[in-house]
Amino acid sequence: MTRPIIEMRNVVKSFGLFKALQGIDLRVKEGEIVVIIGPSGSGKSTLIRCINQLEEHNGGEIIVDGAEVGRGRKSTVLTEVGMVFQSFNLFPHMTVLRNVALGPVRVRGLSWAAAEERAQRLLARVGLEDHVVKYPAQLSGGQQQRVGIARALAMEPKVLLFDEPTSALDPEMVGEVLDVMQQLAKTGVTMVVVTHEMGFARKVADRVVFMDGGRIVEEGRPDEIFNAPRDPRLRSFLQAVLSH
Amino acid sequence: MATNLKALPVMSIFDTFLNWKVFIQTLPLLLSGLTTTLTLGVTAIVLGFIGGLVLALLRLYASSPLRQIAVAYIDVFRSIPILVLLVVIYYALPFVGLRLSSFGAAASALSLVSAAYSAEIFRAGIEAVPRGQFEAARAIGLSPWRRMSDVVLPQALRIVIPPITSNSINVMKDTALASVVAMPDLLKQATQAQALAANPTPLISAAIIYILILMPLVRLVGVFEKRLAVRGR
Repeated sequence: MTRPIIEMRNVVKSFGLFKALQGIDLRVKEGEIVVIIGPSGSGKSTLIRCINQLEEHNGGEIIVDGAEVGRGRKSTVLTEVGMVFQSFNLFPHMTVLRNVALGPVRVRGLSWAAAEERAQRLLARVGLEDHVVKYPAQLSGGQQQRVGIARALAMEPKVLLFDEPTSALDPEMVGEVLDVMQQLAKTGVTMVVVTHEMGFARKVADRVVFMDGGRIVEEGRPDEIFNAPRDPRLRSFLQAVLSH
Repeated sequence: MATNLKALPVMSIFDTFLNWKVFIQTLPLLLSGLTTTLTLGVTAIVLGFIGGLVLALLRLYASSPLRQIAVAYIDVFRSIPILVLLVVIYYALPFVGLRLSSFGAAASALSLVSAAYSAEIFRAGIEAVPRGQFEAARAIGLSPWRRMSDVVLPQALRIVIPPITSNSINVMKDTALASVVAMPDLLKQATQAQALAANPTPLISAAIIYILILMPLVRLVGVFEKRLAVRGR
């Protein structure tokens, strides 16, 4: 029995009067690929942003790698959680190589030489070995997002969070990012992915979680979710996203 | 009346305002004044820059009492006229045992006010850095200090170059106020020279020197602004 690397118990998050998460229970096992789907405003992004405490939850418990996070706790365990953002959020004043090497130097205490060597290796893995000395603005969206993935990987995290990683991309660049993520999924790293790419969810996910109105409405294996959806909300959602 | 005027020696406008002989005679005095002005200006600009950065960070990130002190400081020192502050520091503080030289008083007054203005400029610059940058810095695990020094400030400083340069020009101009506390700056030396030579040429020379020093800086702000606009930020 693999232990859960992430455990959320009755997690509540509200923004003023708006309740973004209304009691989330979710366990993610080590090495598991969990894909979260759902209409916009359903709380998917808020959920993963609570895991690494970019949003602080108001109630319930979140335990990452055995340590509770948030609610005033200063937790070092969050350096074990990497994140890939919808809008990339690369550091525009640094080269691609620096972007990737910065975390390992500042947080893991590597020398610049060692960190840049690691960065070089990771950038080669996402197919960007020829772009290391460029600045983010000189890259296409798809390339920037692959740098974003390399930057998250450079911290050698136990969990990787993806917040709609392809939503800001031109359609022709979505594939190159999904390819990298699919490769990554095979390496055994734990991934929690918020996405609208149903093809990716079906192909790569171990488990698909459907959210609506700040709650987890249904979860299961991809074939269960996509071929035999039970909840009417999931059915109408799938109809809407898969009908064209 | 008319006869009286005729009796005076007739001086051309050049003899009065642009008298070469007077200019050459008083130039050494003016240049020593310029040195003082530049020293004072640069001191105040540097101290104001550092103070402003610290104040901006306190205002944005410190907890309650310190933050309120920073806010109060910024409001007070942006409201007080520099000349008033200067006179208070130079003439009033000795009564509580704090006697500053004229340079010390002038440098303090200019730095204290410049720090308040710079603080607001830095705050605007930091707030103009996109939220995603803070989040990405946090997500890779950087400490609050590293988030600032490695990610946020390098971007914020680039944004504030034009307004900080503008503020520096203002500080440089305000150094002329120091002449009221007997600081031998460019303006003070020029009025002195004018009295000695009984001719206003030194004042005109001083005005030209101020313009020659400051105009390139003014142009520079324009260049920075254009460059920033081109980059679309």
